[in-house]
Formats: sequence, C-alpha cells, structure tokens
Amino acid sequence: MRIAGKGLIDRDTPVHFRFDGVAHQGFAGDTLASALLAQGVRLMGRSFKYHRPRGVLTAGSEEPNALVTVGQGAHADPNVRATVQEIYDGLEAHPQNAWPSLRYDLLSLNDLAAPFLSAGFYYKTFMWPRAFWEKLYEPVIRRAAGLGALSGQPDPDAYEKAYAFCDLLVIGAGPAGLMAALTAAEAGADVILCDEDTRSGGRLLAEDEEVDGQPGHAWAQALTDRLRAMPNVRVMRRTTVTGVYDQGTYGALERVGQHLPHRASLPRACFWRIVAKRAVLASGAIERPVAFPNNDRPGIMTAGAVRAYLNRWGVAPGRRVVVFGNNDDAHRTARDLVAAGVHVAALVDSRHEAQASDAYPVHAGAVLCNTQGRLGLESVTIRTAKGEERIAADTLAMSGGWNPSLHLTCHMNGRPVWRDDIAAFVPKPDMVPGLIPAGACHGAFSTHACLEEGRAAALRALSELGMTAKDVPLAEAEDAPVSLRPLWQVLGKGRAWLDFQNDVTAKDVALAAQENFCSVEHMKRYTTQGMAPDQGKNSNVAALAVLADATGRSIPETGTTTFRPPYTPVAIAAMGAGAEGKGFAPERKTTSHAATVERGAPMIEAGLWYRPSYFPDPGESHWRQSCDREVRMVRESVGICDVSTLGKIDVQGPDAGRFLDLVYTNMMSTVKPGRVRYGLMLREDGHVMDDGTAARLSEGQYLITTTTAAAGQVMAHLDFVAQGLRPDLDVRLASVTEQWAQFAVAGPQSRALLDGLLDAPLDPEAWPFMACGPVKVMGIAARLFRISFSGEHAYEIAVPARYGDSLFRLLVARAEALGGGPYGMEALNVLRIEKGFITHAEIHGRTTAFDIGMDRMVSAKKDCIGKVMADRPGLKGPEREQLVGLRPVGESKEMTAGAHLFEPGTEPVRVNAQGYVTSVGFSPTLGTMLALGFLRNGRARHGERVKLKDHLRQVETLCEVCDPVFFDPDGGRLRG
Amino acid sequence: MGFSGWRVLREGLSGNRGWTPQWRDPEPKSEYDIVIIGGGGHGLSTAYYLAKEHGLTNVAVLEKGYLGGGNVGRNTTIVRANYFLPGNSEFYSHSLKLWEGLEEDLNYNVMHSQRGLINLFHSDGQRDAFARRGNAMINQGDDAILLDREGVRKHLPYLDFDNLRFPVYGGLLHPRGGTARHDAVAWGYARGADSRGVDLIQNCEVTGIDIENGRVTGVQTTRGPIRAKKVGMVVAGRSSQVAAMAGMRLPIESHVLQAFVTEGLKPVIDHVVSFGMGHFYISQSDKGGLVFGGDLDFYASYAARGNLPMVEHVMEAGMALMPMIGRARVLRSWGGIMDMTPDGSPIIDKTGIDGLYLNCGWCYGGFKAVPGSGFSFAHLIARDEHHAPAARYRLDRFRDGIGLMDEEGTGAQHNLH
Ligand SMILES: Cc1cc2nc3c(=O)[nH]c(=O)nc-3n(C[C@H](O)[C@H](O)[C@H](O)COP(=O)(O)OP(=O)(O)OC[C@H]3O[C@@H](n4cnc5c(N)ncnc54)[C@H](O)[C@@H]3O)c2cc1C
Repeated sequence: MRIAGKGLIDRDTPVHFRFDGVAHQGFAGDTLASALLAQGVRLMGRSFKYHRPRGVLTAGSEEPNALVTVGQGAHADPNVRATVQEIYDGLEAHPQNAWPSLRYDLLSLNDLAAPFLSAGFYYKTFMWPRAFWEKLYEPVIRRAAGLGALSGQPDPDAYEKAYAFCDLLVIGAGPAGLMAALTAAEAGADVILCDEDTRSGGRLLAEDEEVDGQPGHAWAQALTDRLRAMPNVRVMRRTTVTGVYDQGTYGALERVGQHLPHRASLPRACFWRIVAKRAVLASGAIERPVAFPNNDRPGIMTAGAVRAYLNRWGVAPGRRVVVFGNNDDAHRTARDLVAAGVHVAALVDSRHEAQASDAYPVHAGAVLCNTQGRLGLESVTIRTAKGEERIAADTLAMSGGWNPSLHLTCHMNGRPVWRDDIAAFVPKPDMVPGLIPAGACHGAFSTHACLEEGRAAALRALSELGMTAKDVPLAEAEDAPVSLRPLWQVLGKGRAWLDFQNDVTAKDVALAAQENFCSVEHMKRYTTQGMAPDQGKNSNVAALAVLADATGRSIPETGTTTFRPPYTPVAIAAMGAGAEGKGFAPERKTTSHAATVERGAPMIEAGLWYRPSYFPDPGESHWRQSCDREVRMVRESVGICDVSTLGKIDVQGPDAGRFLDLVYTNMMSTVKPGRVRYGLMLREDGHVMDDGTAARLSEGQYLITTTTAAAGQVMAHLDFVAQGLRPDLDVRLASVTEQWAQFAVAGPQSRALLDGLLDAPLDPEAWPFMACGPVKVMGIAARLFRISFSGEHAYEIAVPARYGDSLFRLLVARAEALGGGPYGMEALNVLRIEKGFITHAEIHGRTTAFDIGMDRMVSAKKDCIGKVMADRPGLKGPEREQLVGLRPVGESKEMTAGAHLFEPGTEPVRVNAQGYVTSVGFSPTLGTMLALGFLRNGRARHGERVKLKDHLRQVETLCEVCDPVFFDPDGGRLRG
Repeated sequence: MGFSGWRVLREGLSGNRGWTPQWRDPEPKSEYDIVIIGGGGHGLSTAYYLAKEHGLTNVAVLEKGYLGGGNVGRNTTIVRANYFLPGNSEFYSHSLKLWEGLEEDLNYNVMHSQRGLINLFHSDGQRDAFARRGNAMINQGDDAILLDREGVRKHLPYLDFDNLRFPVYGGLLHPRGGTARHDAVAWGYARGADSRGVDLIQNCEVTGIDIENGRVTGVQTTRGPIRAKKVGMVVAGRSSQVAAMAGMRLPIESHVLQAFVTEGLKPVIDHVVSFGMGHFYISQSDKGGLVFGGDLDFYASYAARGNLPMVEHVMEAGMALMPMIGRARVLRSWGGIMDMTPDGSPIIDKTGIDGLYLNCGWCYGGFKAVPGSGFSFAHLIARDEHHAPAARYRLDRFRDGIGLMDEEGTGAQHNLH
C-alpha cells in the first residue's frame, strides 16, 4: 500500500508493467520490488533447493530472494534482482525456478523431503548403479537446480567497455562518499564518484533523518548537484564497482539501458576499467537477518528494507507489522512505521533493557521463535519470559545488526578483523594498497561519523598525492552510538535459514561441524553457504557465528571466507563486449584481398590473416580440380601468389650480422649484400622455432622473413634477444610485414613475366638463385628476391603496400597471358609437399633440426640460441622420429594427416606406434597421393614399408618410406 | 561409516544426528614412516593409495591450511584422457580408469560425470593435429570421435556457426571426458585415507626439511618437528618453495590461472567445450553455474588471484564462441597457483636425497590426474620403483632431453603451456 505524501517517487508519472502475467502500475522512481509491494504482491520467487515461497528480504543489490526474469525470448534476462530493477513502461517480469506456477510449484515437494536433503547428502548417495549417474541422477538434479534460464539465443543487445582515470575514486555516494568526494574535489583532484543506486544519498534515502537541517536525501541531492557542476568531478550513477585489481585498477559496471524500454541504439551496460591513484571505499553496510525457525516467508524483511520501502518509496509493506531486533534500529523502524500510520503489532527486542513505548507493545528480552503462513506471513510466534505467544502479522521487520560492506577490501586476498564492540568484521588498514575505507563499511555507523571519516579519508588521499586540501566544514548529523547485543540464531523446532538463496539452514551448518567440516571454508563448500548470487552478503557472518557456536570457538578464531570479485554479478556480455562474431580478433587482409575475392576465391583464415584457398575457374566444381590445375600451372608456366602474410623484419645496424648469427643456426654474417640465405631458428630449448630467409640488402641491412604463423613470436623473440640478452649489439629491428606487399612469381615462365614488367629486364648472370636487390616497376622502387617455395624457378617481388593491389592485378594479367594465373593455399601446399619443404605442420614445436634433416645447418663455427640444448642426448639419434616422405603402395591410396605409422602386421596400439603423418596432398605432377611424416629412425628406413593407420577416419594404407623430396631432388628447376 | 541412499534415509528419519566426522583431527605424532607434505588432491590420494594398495598406514599428510584448499578446490573440474604423447597417454588413461571406479572405491559420490568433451578446431592444420591426437587416444585404448562441422552443430547448436571469427571446422569428441565435483574428490580421499589410519594434520605448514648424510629424516612444521623415514613433496603451486627447503632448485615456475562461475541457470551446456583459438573452456555444474576459464595471467606470481586483462579476454572468447551466454552473470572469479614445468607435463620422481620424493608440475591439468598421480606416487614411495604409467615423469628429462612431453609444442617457456 502506498502512503500518501511519502517517498521520493514521482507520483505524476505512472508506469505500467507486468509481473507473472498480471498488469500493475507503479511510479517513476520505483523498483520492481517497491512497485509490487505497493500492489500487495509479496510472493516473488522460489528458493533454490526446497522451492520455498519467497518475497523480498532487502531493498538493495544483495537481494537473495526476489530474483525474476525480465523480458522474453533472446532478450530474457534471468536472475534479475527485483530490488534493483527500475520499472519502465512495458517492463515484463516473470517468476523463475517454479513450475507450473509461482503459487503452485511442484518441486516444493522437496521441502517435505528436507530431512533427506541435508547438507552434502548428495555426496553420500546416487552412487549405485554406476551408469545411473549420467543417465538418471545427474539429469534430474540438473533440471531441478539452477535459477533462471538463458534463452539459448545469442544476446542481441549491445554492450560497451570504457576506460577512465582519476586521482580519487570514491566508491559509494552515501554521507561518507559524498564528503570524501567534496573534500577531494575542492582540493582540485580529479574525482570519480560511483554509486550503484539511481541517486546518491545511500542510507539517507531510506531514513527519515536530517542533515544540516534538511531532509537527508535533499542534502545529498544538493551536494551531488554541486559536485556535478565541478569540472574535475564525474558522478557515475547506476555504477557498481565490482572488483579491485593490482595497481589501483577497478572494474565497474554501469547499467546504461537496463532501466529503460528496449532501444537497440542504447547499450544495456558498460563495463569500465578505472585506474585511480587513490580510492575511498564508502560502500556502507548491509543489515543482517536473524536465524530463527521459518524466518524465510514472504513478508519477512530486514528492518532497514522496511524503512527503505516506507521512507523512500512510500510503501507500507503490510498492514500489521512485527519488528524484531537486537539493536536500536528495531525501535527506529517501529517509530517510522507508526509515524506513517502503519500498525505495529509488537516490537520484540532480544535485549532485556529495551525501552518501552506507548505507541506499540514492546517485548523486552524476547525473541521470534517461529512464523506461520504458506505463501506469505500470517503470524509469528514469540518467546518471552512468560512463554510462547502467537501474534498475527503480515510483515516482520528484523534486524540483527549491520555488516560493513568491506567486500572490495578482500579482493586482493586480505582478511578483515573482528570488532567485538559492534559485533562485526571491519577492514584492516591497507588490505588494498591505496584504498581507504570510510564510514559504515569501516564500522562507523552514525551519519556524523560517516561524514567525518569520509572527509578524513579524502584528506589522507590528498596528502599522499601531495595535494593541498581546503577547509571543508562537516554537516550537522545524528551521532547515535551503536547499541546492540549479538543475536545470531534462535533455537527451536523447524529450520532457520542463513543463506536464503542456497537454502542453507543453521542445522546444515551444525551438521557440517558434526561431520568435521569445521574449517569455515569446509563448512562453506559442504553446505554451499555463501556460494549463491549474493556471495553470502546477507548470511556469512551469521553462518560463521553458528559454526563458531557448534565448534566451541570464537568468531575471530573461526575466521572468514574470502570475498572475491565481482561484488555483484556481471553479465559476460558486458565484460566481453565487442567480441561477438568478427570482433573477437583483428582481421588482417592483404592488399590483393579485393582482387582475390572478385575472382571468387574462397578465403580461409591463416592466423589473423585471410588467404585464398584456391581460384576456381569456370567449370570447376571441386576444389581439387582448381588445386591440380594451379599446381600444374606453376610447374608448367607461371603462377602468382600473395605471400605478404609472411613476417618481414628489417634488421639494421653495424652488428646486424652478428645478431643474426646468434638467432639463426647458420651463418648470416657472411651473406654477401645482394644475396639471400635460408635460415633456421631454434628456441632456447633446442627445438625449431621457425624457418625463413635472410636477405642482405646492404652491408648494414637485412630483411628477414618468418612464416605467417610465427611472425609475432619471432619478432617478440628477436626483441627479447636484442634488448634482454645482447643489449651490447648495435642493432635495430622493425616489423615491416604490413609495409610491403609481396608476391611470389613462380614457374618456368617467371622470368619472362617479370622481364616485360620491370623497368629493366633481368640479367640472368646477376640474378642467380638466392639473389636479391632493388628493381623498379613502372618507376616504383621495388625489391626482388630470387627465392622459391615451389621448387620452380621463382621470384618474390615486393612493393610498398599501397601499390600491392595494382601490382597483383598486373602480375595476374601477365601470368594469364603466359598460360598461368594466381594460385592459392591448397596449391602452395601441394607444391611444397612435392618438394619436401616444411611448414609448421612439421616444425610443430617438438621437432629438432636433426629431426627434419637439417642438423647440418647448425653451424659448428659459432654459437647460436638453442645450440647447447639441442645437443642434449634425447634430442638426436635413432630413437627420434625423423622427417620422411610416404607414398601409397598398396590397394588403398588414401592418406590422412594425423594418421599414425606402424610396421605392417603389428597391432595399431600405442606401444607399436612408430610415427605419424603431418601433411598430405595429391600431387598432379606425380599422379599420386604424397605425405610427409615423422618415423622413428626414418632416414635409415627409406624403401621400407609402413602401415598408415587412421582409426578416426577408418583409413589403413600401406606406404613406402622415401626421401621427403619427391620432385626434382637435385633442384635443377629451381636454379635453372 | 558407510554412505548409501539407505543411510541417508535412515539418518534423515532420525534428525541426521547419527552422522559422524568424515575424518579425525589428530594431533601430529612425533614420528611417521611416511610424511606427505600437502593436503591437496594429490597428497590425499597418495596417502589413500599408500594405505590401500601398500598397507602403509603410519602416514601423515601435513597441510598448511585446510584440506583441499589449494588448486584441488579451485579448478574447472575437467577430467579427460585426451593426451597424445607417450608418457602422458598411458598415465592419463590409467587415471581415467581409476576415476571410473572412484565412487565405488571411495564410497563417496564425487559426481564424476562423463558428459563428453569437445575440443573445437578452426583450420585444416588444427584438424590434422587433433586427428593425430584422437588416433593416439585410440592407440592407447581410449575413445575419440572426429566430428565435422555438422557433427559439432548437432552437439552444440548454440555455437556461433555463422559469424565466428575463427569458423568451426569440427571438433574432437572424447565421450568419456567430463567433470567431477572437485571438493568431493579431496574429501572422499581424505575420508578414505583417514579411515585406514592415515593422520591428516591441518594447519600444519612445513617450514623445513631435515636431511642428514644425504637422507631425509623428517620435517619442521608450525606444529613442531616431525620425524619421518620418507617424505613426499606434493604441494603443487608451492613446489619450488618447499623443494628449496631441501636445497633443490626445481624447473618450475608458479603462475596464476583464473576461473569463473556464473549464477545458477537451468541446463544449457551439456558438454565440456574447449575453444583453442580463444583459450576458453566451459561446462555447467550440476548446481547450474557455468564454470569456465582461460589462459594463465602470464606473469609469475604466488598471489592466488588475477587481473582484468585476462578476465576480459576470457569473457570475450566466450562471447565470440557462444553469444548465448551473454546474459549469464559472473558470480565469482578466483585464481590458483599453477606449478608450470618447461614441457607442460608433470614430475613424479625420486630426488637426489634418499627418502625424499617429488610430485609436482601439474600445470593447469592436474585435477584429472588426482587418482593416477596418487596411485603412481604411492607406488614409488612404497617400493622405490616407478609405477609403469608414470615412469616417464622423470625430473632429469629436462637435462637430458629424453622423453620430453611438450603437448602444446611451445617449448621451455613455462607460461606458454
Ligand atoms: C583455475 C584453475 C583451473 C583448473 N582447471 C583444471 C581442470 O579443468 N582440469 C584439471 O585436470 N586440472 C585443472 N587445474 C589444475 C589442478 O587443479 C591442479 O593441477 C591440481 O589440483 C594440483 O594438485 P593438488 O590437488 O595436489 O594441489 P593443491 O590442491 O594446490 O594442493 C597442494 C597443497 O599443498 C599445501 N601446501 C603448500 N605448501 C605447504 C607447506 N609448506 N606445508 C604444508 N602444506 C603445504 C597447500 O596448502 C595445498 O593444499 C586447474 C587449476 C586452477 C587453479
């Protein structure tokens, strides 16, 4: 029921929404919870395990009970806290974890079976028969468990990420946070003030209390307006600081569109990474419930929540309220209710010294010991010195004291300390470097103390930052001392809930102790206490107290569990914003991309690059037809292939040669200017890292190439060597992969093709195999390398990337005129297999120079990275699997990469495995399938027969072992 | 006390008052035959198999915190036998067989769920590599099925098949792969070891290892000195520190690995799915939370917590692969300290010191190894000879290069495995 004239809602702006299929009306400023309570709706959810009917417990983001699904279809948002969700016109919220309906939930039968579903029961049963776990037990458990449901469809909404930097981050805009922000802002610091709420004020919004002679919320609003007007302050509403990380980094989630009708242009949320020189934590405190039997019915709330609904939203949560507590807040609640005209049936104060009142009956030294009402509270049973007594009530407001919201201080594994005087944990100093707690989160509960601590925290931060503070006066505010007698649980018949969300009761905790799960972490994991969406914010301390009691220890001896990020749950879509689809990784396209796509070539991923698979000709319907044709074309006339994706690193300086001698196995310092040498690089551990070429462009300049796959790795490695291992060498490195477009011109007609294209024809004498040098194409300075990955007479020509597109088109046109054309990755692969050239299929990180038959390339005349380790006995010798060629010789001609090799006649099991196949392809040149692979002692076994076995694809083929160079072993074509 | 459905019913009817401690909390004795340092999964399973397989019960497990508080209680619970290099193949195959009888053996429901693991591949080259792996699995007697794109779609219709940056070419399905309830594994072994007479000593940090004339004689602890004829070091992320107490320098670097769990959700993901291009793997727990993780944070550290760059990267990988999880909210993230070796494979071996044994180097894959590792390590400690499936896990392989097991092929850079 609404109470006239109360609350911060806008009664002129009605808002229409639906819950559980029923239309409701609320006002702007309402949350779903406040609007539903105003309509008399108390039942909002079902609990996790026992499917108990539940209503709201709190008025904040820590809400454990009132979880609903908002929206439908792909827009459905499960597990939304009704206490946080603002209503908007058209909002549709649905109950969850209930079937067939919220009122009649079949699985509430679980509640009857509760004696058999005690903590950890599932560890003790469901073991027989073994096969039933996956077939029966687990599916049933899975279906019963879980809260809301994902739609199963891709999230259609937009999310964003953003970054911010500041001198001081203030977390929480209650009195402490506002005071901290003001103090720092007045001193000229860059300040970010975040609060998860829709407006600032914190508890002041929920209390009927004055600050500086005005209503607390008005004071907060005025101060916020003032801050907002300052250029050095950024006030972030609806923004929860979710995590604390190293070096003053904070994660924060801003709700951008979640409180508004859906608009595609508006992101739902933005995940912020905020880096702050200092931070003030002013996150307040969370009231704790008391564990008494049946303390979980709809209508039972924390006292602070009752005041919040009353004062902030003008809602009386019920008609007859009982208030129960162990501290003065219970009285404050009763007073507020009475002042608003709500009937208070009783105030039950566990303290004997409780003050009497003429406005309502006070039961001092009494406790709540039971409640009644199936779908909502109907009455409560209290236990006084005189005995038990039942009191009719539809609402119970309970207060067990307050727990400082110190969660963020624990994110770097710090442990809080116990303060007996307030019966609560508080942060220790400097649990997070640079984060200063102030106010209620620090155990200072009066408004006056909060203001004072907020200012002091900012002053400390300013002085640490070397900034001069101005005098900022404190506002007048209440300064009542904490008066509380700890009360954690009331024993009695029936279950008393601790963790409402996970359905953990005091009995479960006692059972854990009984079974010696006495460490607080064991108790947590055994009972699941504190592992629900609220991370135990409402219940951990009480559960600890119950455990302490059960094990005869004090609370500080019992210790706490660790709070971890995030403070409140964060959607994966928010933290992963922008990564859907192609957004996950950069897309790299070569300069010939457009021309290639125009020709209908299917593009495939090569690392981050796209490369053409093959170039289909009209009439070709299968990739193999195109591939075979392209291979023949290269072998017979000329082919063009974009090889720009290979890594290109410009190495310059007087010591460039010495440097390359260190990183390559072979000698690079002796390469003459104008010449290229093939090189092998080892990792420190002696295995092959990569292969490529080093072209000496001039005395002090090399251009080295890497494979496409290892370009980044090699660049990083060279940088590490240059900066970390040999800073004494005078050498500079630059990746120029993207600066140059480079094309292979391969085949017997390659020189003919180039001759008409280059400004001057090539002098064969000056351009032997492995020559390089500057050339000009239509006046453009280009580089030419006579190198070959196809085994043919071939060149690679490089031009500045901006000319790549036109050069590619020119090359292709000229090739076509000579009976050739472009070729793709498939043909490239076949060409290199025919020649036994390796790729990362062979140098997969576990092979050595010895394995691939290149140990002669490890120069004996010098040291190089990896040389010592490559000499380890295990890295060479007949036991090693060595690179071989394989061709089918039996009935079956099929070969598959990934197959294993066995001696014919042996069983294809691990102990008999002799090697494996790395690359296969059909050679149109030789008219057969060919494969490269590794075979134990393979070089000594050329001519032998082995069995290729692929269990996965049911292939078994008899093969002959041969030299990996299948075609033109002498290399005549290459040199000619 | 035996656990069973009947027992749960009977105790339930009598107010659950009859359950007894699942293990004792004994005072440490002054001397044991064998001391195991580390009450994680591997330490506890070692103790269990020492007692069960070798009848050795004068054994203590010393744990500096609470049992199972290390990585065994922090992992993403994936259990598989899909390795392909000799050494790993037979070891993990043996371990998986132990898993398959674990509930019965321990009389504890560890919820080992063989729901199937799918490793996705995104290029022809990756398919070839996975084919090699799958064939090796079958060579070893385990199970593997190579799925093409359509095959993957049948199992995982919710992947982004249309627009994923690295298109799904197919996947390697390991039907016997799956998950287990990590804490229950530690507790089940603890209860089994305790009931056979092993002393599990919690809050007992080893601070020194006593060695006389090249032979171990005992350990120093925060609860006093304890003499022992044999000592096993099984401390995962803390291996370098503990081995240093014996003067050893291990080829181990400790790194942080984070993991994440969402709020409870109704069943949506039935398998374990692994996305190599994004270093992302995910499954859904029986409670309904999506449990997922990614790569190491990359810097060496003993802080069991991580930082945002990797958090965001993992979320991005999830969004790229299966954008239907976008609205699931991450409830908790945490980190564990990984004992990374130069080849990414573990070490189970004697040391240069008589009576001192080493079990470490599990990297981020040691949960599935818990049964096998304990079994083989117990064998080594009890008999002073290697157990066949773990015989290749020698410490000196890094020196001689014989039998390196670099499954990732990334070489001796610890954080790349
Ligand atoms: C985030 C994450 C995800 C993972 N995911 C998987 C996965 O999906 N699948 C998989 O197979 N593996 C996974 N792992 C790896 C796996 O958890 C570990 O490899 C394995 O648990 C390590 O062995 P353990 O259980 O014995 O270690 P731990 O549980 O860490 O045990 C070591 C114990 O030694 C104790 N200790 C240390 N120093 C001392 C001392 N001085 N004195 C006494 N005690 C000491 C520690 O307190 C600790 O309890 C993951 C790990 C992490 C962190």
